[in-house]
Amino acid sequence: MQSLQQDPLILGGKTFHSRFILGSGKFSLQLVRDVMTYGKCEMATIALRRANADSPENILDFLPEHLTLLPNTSGARNAEEAIRIAHLSRELGCGDFIKIEVIPDTKYLLPDNGETIRATEILANEGFHVLPYMYPDLICARHLVDAGAAAIMPLGAPIGSNKGLRTKDFIRILIDEIDLPIIVDAGIGTPSQACEAMEMGAAAVMANTAIATSDHCAMMAHAFRLAIEAGRAAYLAKLGRVLDNDAEASSPLTGFLQD
Amino acid sequence: MRVNGTEQTLAQPTTLAQFLAQQGYRVERIVVERNGEIVPKAAYASVQLCDSDVIEIVSFMGGG
Amino acid sequence: MRKIYDPIEFQPGMKTIDSNLFDRVLDARNRNNPASYTTADAQNALQKETLSYEDFAALLSPAAEPLLEPMAQRAKAEREKNFGNNVLLFTPLYLSNFCENQCVYCGFNCQNPITRYRLNTAEMEAEMEAIAKTGMREILLLTGESRSASDPEYIAEAVRIARKYFSTIGLEVYPMNVDEYRMLCESGADFVTVFQETYDLERYKELHLAGTKRCFPYRVCAQERALMGGMRGVGFGVLLGLADFRRDMFAAGVHAAILQKKYPHAEIALSFPRLRPYKNHAEANPHDVHETQLLQMMLACRIFLPFASFTISTRERADFRDHVLPLAATKISAGVNVGIGGHKDQSAQKGDAQFEISDPRSLAEIHDAIIAQGMQPVYTDYINTNA
Repeated sequence: MQSLQQDPLILGGKTFHSRFILGSGKFSLQLVRDVMTYGKCEMATIALRRANADSPENILDFLPEHLTLLPNTSGARNAEEAIRIAHLSRELGCGDFIKIEVIPDTKYLLPDNGETIRATEILANEGFHVLPYMYPDLICARHLVDAGAAAIMPLGAPIGSNKGLRTKDFIRILIDEIDLPIIVDAGIGTPSQACEAMEMGAAAVMANTAIATSDHCAMMAHAFRLAIEAGRAAYLAKLGRVLDNDAEASSPLTGFLQD
Repeated sequence: MRVNGTEQTLAQPTTLAQFLAQQGYRVERIVVERNGEIVPKAAYASVQLCDSDVIEIVSFMGGG
Repeated sequence: MRKIYDPIEFQPGMKTIDSNLFDRVLDARNRNNPASYTTADAQNALQKETLSYEDFAALLSPAAEPLLEPMAQRAKAEREKNFGNNVLLFTPLYLSNFCENQCVYCGFNCQNPITRYRLNTAEMEAEMEAIAKTGMREILLLTGESRSASDPEYIAEAVRIARKYFSTIGLEVYPMNVDEYRMLCESGADFVTVFQETYDLERYKELHLAGTKRCFPYRVCAQERALMGGMRGVGFGVLLGLADFRRDMFAAGVHAAILQKKYPHAEIALSFPRLRPYKNHAEANPHDVHETQLLQMMLACRIFLPFASFTISTRERADFRDHVLPLAATKISAGVNVGIGGHKDQSAQKGDAQFEISDPRSLAEIHDAIIAQGMQPVYTDYINTNA
């Protein structure tokens, strides 16, 4: 089992042993710490909003100290807005990671790959570790690699839909072709779906709604963690052969050989 | 002056640091943008607010 | 007496490019051991949707030979998915057989007392016109490897004439620098094929005694330079039987896969020439490539590189060529004359051939044979924007 212990995920030069990135939205501040702990998370996303002077409690007071924060640019509708949010986030002194989310569509909440590439290039040049959220398109993913992304975060299904790996075939192409960690983000609704993503070689899974909408958030975080670890181990162990019974030769294709 | 989208009137000359303290903001948890520019924390005490300023005060919250 | 260079050393005029391709290909080849795979490894590989280098190696290994039939079925399915029933036709045109290299296995070896000739501009045009009249739209221009007898400008002139008669132009000439490939691309060339012959450096040294071809790394990087020069596609090949053919095939496949990944727009082509085993050879030589092994190489490559175009050589007999079309090959030459001159007037051939062909069928005969198999002959498969 040595290979499991020596299987870190490296993002932006930092080593992670957890492959479960948890969104911190939609939880009460009291719950968020439990969820992170039961999920054994080492990285969590947070968002930037207008501060409220009346409520002095801040999410940073509730998150476990060892957590690496991944601020997102939610609310950005174009590259400029994403860049502005990234600059504000960095000023809060929580590191150089940034998850680019550019969403100019309020009905389906689908990302704008073109603007995402633009923002990624500018921010990567400024020294950010950029994790762009994207629609799983191979050509755009290649542009993100060239733009200096630290990982690629393709969506499995529309945000919050809990529909699972609807884009499986396209994410598989990214896993096969792109030499950066592929982190499946959005749409993962159940631990089995998270496991499926890991089995096929995703580097990590990011989830939020699936845990936040469960009756017992901490237990669901625990379930996701186990599923992600199971999927990763299965991927490393390489899946066994499935016997394919319908592949018998009806008419030999190789009978013409003369040696 | 406009702060996070609402109009506020300053009764007397005020620095940004004084304003944030009066309102009850925790300075270590916020970042301030004045007229589209991020104000470095070290400059809070020296920034004199005026009526035409547009101020955004933001902080982290939960988000996926 | 000309200088004999070390095979790893660049010769005057050869420019380097900034790339780790050579190290990656050679490293993969050196780690490959065909004897280390089991039939179960090959069975596992056959079940996968996308194959790793290891899976590819398993399908090329001796242990996969019992799986030839299921490999043929998988390869046939991949071929259908990517190319349907299409079979692309082309004709090679040998422009010149002057060669400055001393390759022990080759008919053009500069020490062989063959009749040398190079077509002049008028002769080229006459040959091309004769070929175009048969209905052919893709041409492969070949020369022996001689910069003095067939310099880049001579080849460019042939390309410019070919543009008048053909919609697709491939080149199979000596390796060049990026700027020369760019000049040829701008003249109208689409594809560059360079056969590495073998990726086994020691064997390469024994076989390529003198000449520019003796430089091993310059040749390995030829396809990348061609792509940097703007070519639409590149072709790879090893002369199966020169060295351990399984390791050579593995290296060629990995070489192609690495370049496809680095230059995703590039069209990738493979060819499968082999040295035929001697007839009545008493001892079985493990390096002998019989039809069974040749087919195994083609099937493994088809499964590993389902998107690549594969050419089946006229060195193979007609029945073998016809049968590999639905399984692996996508491209076939027809109306082939491997001597210099002779397309216009068979009796007017002016220079000797590089090798003997086994399938002398005309374009019309091959066209009919393709249709008889339920496949579709294709003469031009894209609209050329390089014209």
